[in-house]
Amino acid sequence: MDAGKHKPLKGLDNARATAWEARAYQGITSMVWRRFRRHPGAMVGTIILGILVLSVILAGLSPYDPEKSDILNKLQPPSWGHPFGTDPLGRDLLTRVLYGGRISLRVGLMAMAITLVIGIPVGILAGYFGGWVDNVLMRITDTTLSLPVLFVLILLGAILRETELPIAENNNVLTIAVVIGLLSWMTTARLVRAAFLTIREMDFIVAARGIGASNLRIMVRHILPNAVGPIIVEATLEIGNAIMQEAGLSYLGFGIRPPTPSWGNLLSNAQAHLTKHPWLAIFPGLMIFLTIIPVNYIGDGLRDAFDPFKVLEQIGE
Amino acid sequence: MGHYITRRLLQAVPMLFLVSVILFTLVNIAPGGPMAGLTRSRPKPGRIEMLKHQFGLDKPLPMQYVIWLIGNDWMKVDADGDGVAESRGERRGILRGDFGFSYRTRRPVLDEIMGRLPNTIYLMSITLIVVILIAIPIGVISAVKQYSVFDIIVTTLSFMGQAIPEFWLGMILLIVFYAWLDNPFTGKPLLPPGGMQTLDAGFSIGDRIKHLILPVTMGAVGWVAWYSRFLRSSMLDVIHQHYITTARAKGLAERAVLYRHALRNAAIPLVTMFALDFPYVVAGSVFVERIFSWPGMGRFFYQSAEKRDYPVLMAILIIVAAITFAANLMADIVYAFLDPRVRYD
Repeated sequence: MDAGKHKPLKGLDNARATAWEARAYQGITSMVWRRFRRHPGAMVGTIILGILVLSVILAGLSPYDPEKSDILNKLQPPSWGHPFGTDPLGRDLLTRVLYGGRISLRVGLMAMAITLVIGIPVGILAGYFGGWVDNVLMRITDTTLSLPVLFVLILLGAILRETELPIAENNNVLTIAVVIGLLSWMTTARLVRAAFLTIREMDFIVAARGIGASNLRIMVRHILPNAVGPIIVEATLEIGNAIMQEAGLSYLGFGIRPPTPSWGNLLSNAQAHLTKHPWLAIFPGLMIFLTIIPVNYIGDGLRDAFDPFKVLEQIGE
Repeated sequence: MGHYITRRLLQAVPMLFLVSVILFTLVNIAPGGPMAGLTRSRPKPGRIEMLKHQFGLDKPLPMQYVIWLIGNDWMKVDADGDGVAESRGERRGILRGDFGFSYRTRRPVLDEIMGRLPNTIYLMSITLIVVILIAIPIGVISAVKQYSVFDIIVTTLSFMGQAIPEFWLGMILLIVFYAWLDNPFTGKPLLPPGGMQTLDAGFSIGDRIKHLILPVTMGAVGWVAWYSRFLRSSMLDVIHQHYITTARAKGLAERAVLYRHALRNAAIPLVTMFALDFPYVVAGSVFVERIFSWPGMGRFFYQSAEKRDYPVLMAILIIVAAITFAANLMADIVYAFLDPRVRYD
């Protein structure tokens, strides 16, 4: 470790080192990265996630076509030729799962982006201006929070299923991401609002106002960079959440529809074959599981890395 | 406090109206509109217009909304299709408890809902009880023995529990307990794959329990993971407080310290969480009910969505939204009641 100068007491090793490094090094990015590195779950998670993302990107290398059926080979159990087995139409499951991963990751990232695009401005406006702006925005947020998420997702999915507008063309990833994002921005908005409410009162903001900084400048250039911690954590967890919701929606038939593979609709197709061909259900779900766990661990690691009170906790306050 | 409650209730009313307007609009802008659920195959040209007229769907949207809300028995309606409005309408509107008729079965929506609601409440309350019975001890012990082997195992398992897709878990449970394992006595599958009870077998507690095990497990895992983590962190906050040290210094038995003082305070946020999860008890889990063929609200919503049965969808959505508002308010009130430091005025 960088802080070799200190002979740390047992148990206080991390805390001493962190405190030393926090003083010695500037810049929140390096501090956060260093603390993140120390979180074993987060590091393992990053590696696993990296492997997953890589294999999903490389899905095109597969010799099998994810959508072309090959009835001769249908419903084969896992073998060397087909590591995950084949589905009722003879398609290689591993290939389909990897292609499905592409969709899930895209939906996850897009939904996260939409959550941020809606949630951050709402939170900023509510937290910075307060007053009736805050009131109105919070009422809207609370109203949206009171809607039962899965039910509304199903409703929107059902409506979009019928629409012939180009925005809702079959299996449009963006549409699903928008639908999911529309129901997930509220937590981010609340977080941002809370951060802004706190930071707004600090002296350096008063000073900035005093030298004539415009509201926009203060919001974006001064407050927002200091509020970035919880936002990043929330965004990370939101990716996992979005992947889970897309899978659920597709499983119910209101998201991505066959023949395009998605982890959710792979599970839906597997339901009829649980007794005789369980691999159809085991592998897609396993992929969802193995994707969300590292995402959660990374989120947890980030949360710990950003937490200003962690050092005190380890010293044993 | 009374002021606060009144204020919240007054705020809830326009918000509920807003929600109902949003939902009503969503449902009606679907292409094919509400008609999509009424006609199965390609109907004769005149039939659509006739059905539209009969259901009052050719009126302007705001008018339809008003009728949905307060009914049309205060005005004249054209019931026999001759273009002349001469008979009184029959709808009394949501505000008077008339949720309309299902497009699919033509029966009153309220009857359909009441047929399913008890089943969902039955399943979800048992799930909730199991969750509480497991999550609380786990959370407490995990916090008290922080960083012990138990704690590490439990924390890891909770992490996993939160990452498991519910529907996948259900399938895995089915694979293991229905497809693979067999009852050593009868040679048949160990646990049933669905339904609330074995049909035409009369009432038997053992039978009911067998049918409950898998759905409850499927629903409980995620919940237990979430609650136990939450309780653990809440307990950790409480345990380090000075009054706990004082209680111990006074010579109080450890169990009393934990349960009478620490847990009581740590449980407060959990009670709030629990109150916020209450709407879920009514709405049911679509996934659990679909995989295990449980005749409840979740599956009903799903089936109605498939068939575009909009009156049912609207009714369920607005009921759940109203219950959510009520639950949020209850959560805040209970929180203020349990924690004297909290004041809303």
